[in-house]
Parts: sequence; structure tokens; C-alpha cells
Amino acid sequence: MSIATHSPVRSIAAHAILIAYTAIALFPVLVIVVNSFKTRNAIFRSPLSLPDAETFSLIGYQTVWAQGDFILYFQNSLVVTVASLALVLLFGAMAAFALSEYRFRGNTLMGLYLALGIMIPIRLGTVAILQLMVASGLVNTLTALILVYTAQGLPLAVFILSEFMQQVSKDLKDAGRIDGLSEYHIFFRLVLPLVRPAMATVAVFTMIPIWNDLWFPLILAPAEETKTVTLGAQVFIGQFVTNWNAVLSALSLAILPVLVLYVIFSRQLIRGITAGAVK
Amino acid sequence: MGSLTLHDVRKSFGSVDVLKGIDLEVGEGEFVVFVGPSGCGKSTLLRIIAGLEDATSGSILINGREVNSVPPAKRGIAMVFQTYALYPHLNVRDNMSLGLKQAGMAKAEIGQRVDKVASMLSMKELIARRPAELSGGQRQRVAIGRAIVREPDLFLFDEPLSNLDAALRAQTRLEIAKLHDHLKATMVYVTHDQVEAMTLADRIVVLNGGVIQQVGSPMELYNNPANLFVAGFIGSPRMNFIPGIHAGRGSIHTVGVRPEHITLDPDGGDLEGTVTHVEYLGADTIIYLECKDVGLIIVRNFGEQRIENHKRLFARFDPRRVMQFNADGSRS
Repeated sequence: MSIATHSPVRSIAAHAILIAYTAIALFPVLVIVVNSFKTRNAIFRSPLSLPDAETFSLIGYQTVWAQGDFILYFQNSLVVTVASLALVLLFGAMAAFALSEYRFRGNTLMGLYLALGIMIPIRLGTVAILQLMVASGLVNTLTALILVYTAQGLPLAVFILSEFMQQVSKDLKDAGRIDGLSEYHIFFRLVLPLVRPAMATVAVFTMIPIWNDLWFPLILAPAEETKTVTLGAQVFIGQFVTNWNAVLSALSLAILPVLVLYVIFSRQLIRGITAGAVK
Repeated sequence: MGSLTLHDVRKSFGSVDVLKGIDLEVGEGEFVVFVGPSGCGKSTLLRIIAGLEDATSGSILINGREVNSVPPAKRGIAMVFQTYALYPHLNVRDNMSLGLKQAGMAKAEIGQRVDKVASMLSMKELIARRPAELSGGQRQRVAIGRAIVREPDLFLFDEPLSNLDAALRAQTRLEIAKLHDHLKATMVYVTHDQVEAMTLADRIVVLNGGVIQQVGSPMELYNNPANLFVAGFIGSPRMNFIPGIHAGRGSIHTVGVRPEHITLDPDGGDLEGTVTHVEYLGADTIIYLECKDVGLIIVRNFGEQRIENHKRLFARFDPRRVMQFNADGSRS
């Protein structure tokens, strides 16, 4: 793989570009985390400097801890993200399996219909969704958010996973059928482990927008007991006064769980790639 | 031990008819090979026998029992696939025992059977390995072992040697032949390789365009093909076909003669041509003769013979081995 890039000049150039990109991508995150540990004055006076003995302060974290029920917000965010993610992966994979494995009338049309959601932003339907949730009494529940996010994540999941499922050896599935495995068994035990890298990819792409979303929590579940972290952090952003310490601390904290989930999935991704293939 | 009967089996995918009425009897302990060009429906037919595909109409009987609506696992069959299709997450032992486990067999008996088959195929030392740790030949042996362990009425092979290299293919072919002698089981084998068909089969079924062209023993097909297609498909290099008028037999539409039934003569014969290419294979010499109006004629001489390129020679047909075909491809 690396034969063509052995020239040191090329290698340095490639690394320089990659490092520059990494720096640009990480910079905002770093600024948030660094400033969350500084006093308010220090944040404004020298936003790029690291906290020293004089400017170090945990006031932001203390505010977040004292004001608002952030443990609950975290819990809400996690419940919503994990539950939606599980549903998206489960139903997405099942739909993808059906589309790629079984021949039936309208198969292609169904696949297109399921993928249509990628092109139409779900937010366009906010009013209708809100009416639906009001009518079904789901406003201010986490269920409302989970349902909406599941719908939002499914199109991409079906689209990506059905492509990958088509690559799973047909012979393998047939061997399972001859050995007497049920279709569910074939799906869960033979096919899913083989598309695990794709599942991890879909999981990451699904998870991050859900965790970061402000729109639907604000509209569908703004009640105190159903607030998510992103919504909870808005408490500190006022029209006239913004408690930057608290905002930055809340955001820094919000990065952690999603980072943990990402590490889990990316490890799956690598393991999936290096595991023994069919042939 | 089992027999297989196909009665007027048809299969259509939408408006495309893949199988157009297949009737076939396979007796107990017989080794039958389906052979034909790609797209002739041979794999589809095998999948229908296995129950992986539904027949559009017609009936399939295994051991005299109609199995049209019986799921694959309950048909008493075992199948070996071209891509081995081993379960990547299971070791060799579990790969072989999964089918029996699903059928609800006692653990001790499964263990015994797997051990027996593993020693029969001399792969005892592989039993704890995963498919990823095996070579191609070993994987195919495990796949065959997985089929044997089930002790099926009917073995189905779907081009099992296509993914192996030439040396391994010959070796595995021999092993399958020995296996058939040893188990005396009924086997149905699909291949596009006529050498495999000739060497393994008790009877060959030649398929083309979803229709059985001819059923017979390898030598029957070689010596007495029913039509132009079978004549061209069986035998390598393939049979030469010459329009009757150019071969001095004006009343016949097409004359067929195999490369090994032509001798070259500098003085006179049935056709005159120029040598364009010679292949020396050691045991044989293959000569390509460009003939006026007829095109390329392939001649196979036994042994090593020095033949100069661009030399003008006559091809002389062995009159007893010349075949005659009508305009519709049938023998006359």
C-alpha cells in the first residue's frame, strides 16, 4: 500500500496536510474545553491562552452542577440517543436485509421510497410532527424524540446497509438455510457480524446529529424533566447576558459521552475490517 | 442413498424462462453432472432441487417423496458451494456440526460423526481452526466434510472446484471421485467444465437454453452426440464443423469431425489449408489449419510432431468418425 508514497517529500507533504486538517478540525473543540477552565475575564481577554494559576477556575462547572439538573439532562440525552440508535440499526438492518435478500414485486420502488428520506429534511415536517405528537399525547416525552430520530436515521441506514448486505456471500446464506437456520438466525448470526463495519459507520453518522440536535427537543420536549443536554445548555444563553463559563462547561461535558460511544464504534469498525473474510 | 426425480420442472424470472420443462431420473448411488455454458439454467436447477429457489411449475421428488414445499433443511440434502460458504465465526468443528445441531441431534453423536468424517478427509488437525486460518483447498475440504456429516440422501455440488487453482482442482476432483466410490451416495454436480463432467460422471446431463440437450454416459456423449450443441460442447479442443458443400458432401448440411479424428496429409485429403499456428503440448500437438471458405480447422495429432508454419497441407477425415448434422442441428 505504501510503496508509491515512499518518497520523503511526498510523505512530509501528505502528513503536513493531514496535520493541518486535524488542527483545524480540533481547534474549536480545544478552545471550548480550554476556556471552560478559565475565569470569565480570562476567556475574553485572551481566549487562546491556556489557563494558568491565576486564570484557572471551575466556576463554569460549579454553575452547571448547581443550576439545572444536568445529570438528568445527560441521562435524557443518552436515553434518546442510545434508544434511537438501537432502533435505527435494528430496523434499518432488517429493512436492508429484506430489500437485498428477497425478490418481491416493487422491491426497487420500496428501496427508493425508503431512501427518499435522505433527500428531504425531516425538519420540513416539524409542524405536522408536532400536531401528531399533540394528538397522540406524546409531547414532552422522550418517546416523541426517539420516534422522530428513528425516522430521521432510517433512510441513510437502509441505504448504506442494503449496499453492504448485497456484498455478503449468497452462498453463505444458502448454506445456512440448508443447515436449517431460520431467516432470523441467518440475519442475526451470519449477516450482521459480516456487515459490522458498515453498522459502525451508520451508528456514528446517526448518533452525532441526534446527540447535537436542539430543534426537536426544543419543540417536542422542552419540559424540565425531558430536557436534553443541548437544550439544557441554552439556559445559560440569554438575550442580554450569557454565562459563557457555564455554556462552555456544559458543552465540554456534552462532548464526553458521545466521544465514548464513538470510541466504541470505531473499534468495532477496525475489528470488522481486520476480521477474517468469507473467502 | 436416494433417488431424485424431476418432472416437467419449469422456472421463469419475470418473463424470462430459465428452465423450460426438465424431466430427469437420477438413480440411487448415481453420480450425475449437469454441464452447460453459463446461463443455461444448470445452477438454477440445482438450487430448485435444493429448495433454495421455487420451481414455477413441475415437481421434484427425492426418494419418491415430493419435496416442492419442503424447506431445504428437511429435504435430506447437503450442498457444497463454489465459494465454500463456511461460517466465518465458527471453527471447523462447529461449521460441520451446525446442521446436525439444528436438527436436534445429541451432542455425543454429533461429536462422533464429525470425528469420523474429519479423519476420513484427513483434516483432524484443522478441527479447531477458523475458516480464515485455512487455505482454499482446506476450506473446500471442510465444506465437503460439512456435507458428508449430514449423511444426506443426496449430495449437491455447485461448481465446487471453480475457485481452486489447476493443481488443486485435479487433486480435489480425484478426492470427490473417491468419495463417491466410498460413500456410494447419490450426487448431483454442476459445472461448466466439461473435463470435470467427463471424469466424474456416471451420466452427464447437457443443458442449453433451459432445455436438456442430451443425457448419457461420458463416452456416449463423446461418441454419439445427439445434436450440434452437444457435439460442440463435449470434447476439447472442440469439434470442427464444416458446411457439407465445402467438405465434398453436398447433400449434408454440416459435417462434424473431432480434431483427433483428422490426419494431415501433404498429398491429398478432404480439405486443403495453410498451417497458421502449432501448439506443442508434449503428449499432443494441436495444429490450426486455415482453410479456404471454411475457416480454422483444429487438428490434434498424438505425440510430438514438427510441423512448419505456413505449410500447405490436406486434412483427411477418419470416415468412420465423421458426423452429419441437419440444418436444425440434429444428427442425420
